[in-house]
Amino acid sequence: MPADLSPIWISLATSFCATALTFVVGIAAAVWRERHAGPAFAVFDGILLLPLVLPPTVVGFMLLLIFGRNGPLGRLLLQLGTTVVFSWPATVIASAVVSFPLMYVTARAAMTQVDLELINAARTLGATEWRAFRRVTLPLAAPGILAGTILSFARAFGEFGATLMLAGDIPGRTETIPLAIYFAVEANEMPRAISWSLIDVGISLALLLGLYYWTRLQAAAHSERAR
Amino acid sequence: MSLEVHIEKRLASCSLEVDFKAGARPLAILGPSGAGKTMTLRCIAGLVRPDRGRVVLNDRVLFDSAKNINIPSRERRIGLLFQNYALFPHMNVAENIAFGAGRTAPSEKVAKILSEVDSFQLVGLENRFPRELSGGEQQRVALARALATDPDALLLDEPLSALDTHLRSRIEHQLAATLAAYKGAALLVTHNIEEAYRLGDEMLVLAKGHVAAYGPKDEVFRHPPTLEVARLTGCKNFSRANAVSSNTIEAVDWGCQLQISQPIAGSVAHAGVRAHQIDFLETRDAAANGENVFPCWLMETSETPFRITLYLRLHSAPREGDQPHLQAEVFKEKWLSFKDRPLPWHVRLDPALVFVLPD
Repeated sequence: MPADLSPIWISLATSFCATALTFVVGIAAAVWRERHAGPAFAVFDGILLLPLVLPPTVVGFMLLLIFGRNGPLGRLLLQLGTTVVFSWPATVIASAVVSFPLMYVTARAAMTQVDLELINAARTLGATEWRAFRRVTLPLAAPGILAGTILSFARAFGEFGATLMLAGDIPGRTETIPLAIYFAVEANEMPRAISWSLIDVGISLALLLGLYYWTRLQAAAHSERAR
Repeated sequence: MSLEVHIEKRLASCSLEVDFKAGARPLAILGPSGAGKTMTLRCIAGLVRPDRGRVVLNDRVLFDSAKNINIPSRERRIGLLFQNYALFPHMNVAENIAFGAGRTAPSEKVAKILSEVDSFQLVGLENRFPRELSGGEQQRVALARALATDPDALLLDEPLSALDTHLRSRIEHQLAATLAAYKGAALLVTHNIEEAYRLGDEMLVLAKGHVAAYGPKDEVFRHPPTLEVARLTGCKNFSRANAVSSNTIEAVDWGCQLQISQPIAGSVAHAGVRAHQIDFLETRDAAANGENVFPCWLMETSETPFRITLYLRLHSAPREGDQPHLQAEVFKEKWLSFKDRPLPWHVRLDPALVFVLPD
């Protein structure tokens, strides 16, 4: 058992924050894209999906260019007296960017599945676009959105390459479990690497099982209500 | 209560151009599929933007292309009953009905829903989900949901087509009662001739995007203005025709002259007679009622459970390759009374029921 357990908390906090970010931005992007059909917007799709196909190191490197001292966002942040590179927020940004395509693709697929006629019905019943979205589109797309959230979380929890590039490996601040494992192996500390791997497997399994029972509970509650 | 509609819209198949005014008496829009019926309703409800036109509901301008007015659906106060009802599958009956009453106070909302549930015979179904309801119940929920918003106009898109045949007549009856009680402008779209006739007072026939006939329903059925309308309102027998005198026409395809009671005004291109309005005479009456009486030979029959369609050739026995002149529709009981009589039979085309159609 490693003496310093901080990678656990850093990994969990990073994954939760990244997923929350991805959740909001992914759905917003899906909604926005839903309203803008056309070949020009297909290019936009391609850009959004890039982080899924590029090697995480490339994504990390690009983020480093953007958020670095001379990058457009980095310079802006410097003027505000702060920087994100090699800090904890960088782990969140890296994880969020890498997991974003999963959320976006699944949310968008789930929303296109929702019968447009139902949204039209809501409109004729006096609903604003926001109310129609909140009361009709979102609940009906919920299973797909939930799946996207889980995938994003899983991706964020396992994120390594982009995080290393943008946030570095600072124990107690940016060292997540995957980073801890990598540097343990590099330092030839096999027992430490093994115990971190086991902890990672344990947490992943616990989360998946928790999720499984939670969805079962939800489904049961729903069919109870339906009766 | 009035709904004035003028809509022009280019569609994939044709260009839609309709112009009419509906009041409290239900207007039935009859037309084949693809004629633009549903699109008309969508334009009125604000779900689709017409290319040009104007929609006015009780002095409220909902759409005016000239003045660039396009009120969004949610503010139009128009209830639309969708063809497949479009009930929210994740909400129960009460929640579905309550959806439209979004902005009213909670206590008022509950009272309203209860009254809707009550008047639509949905008591006991409040907690059911749409998938647990029969087709007729779904339709009532959709109707209650649309009416719960107190719309100024009610648009029904093929309200009965999603139902099984055996349910239709009862549900049509309930629908007629709802329409009669409804105070706003009512519009109903259907491709079923009988439904259009029973549920509408006024009738508009839509064909390939244009208004082919518009007026009181009896008028439209009795004096269809064009061949197209005669066909769309279910007439099966047509012949090219020329005027001979003010009360006589020559029916070219039927090879005979016909008397008609209403004096001819304007041009004559076709004559028509409805299949169920052809009279079969006892042979001995034939000579006595000489007007529009012709001998005929039976060529084919086609049966439905209670009626039979007879394909007839006039004047002489059919030879190889001849086509029938007329199709007549009679009840089976009537058919049994004369089917064994020797040919030729005699048919009479009532001068009051033969109509002429202009070019």
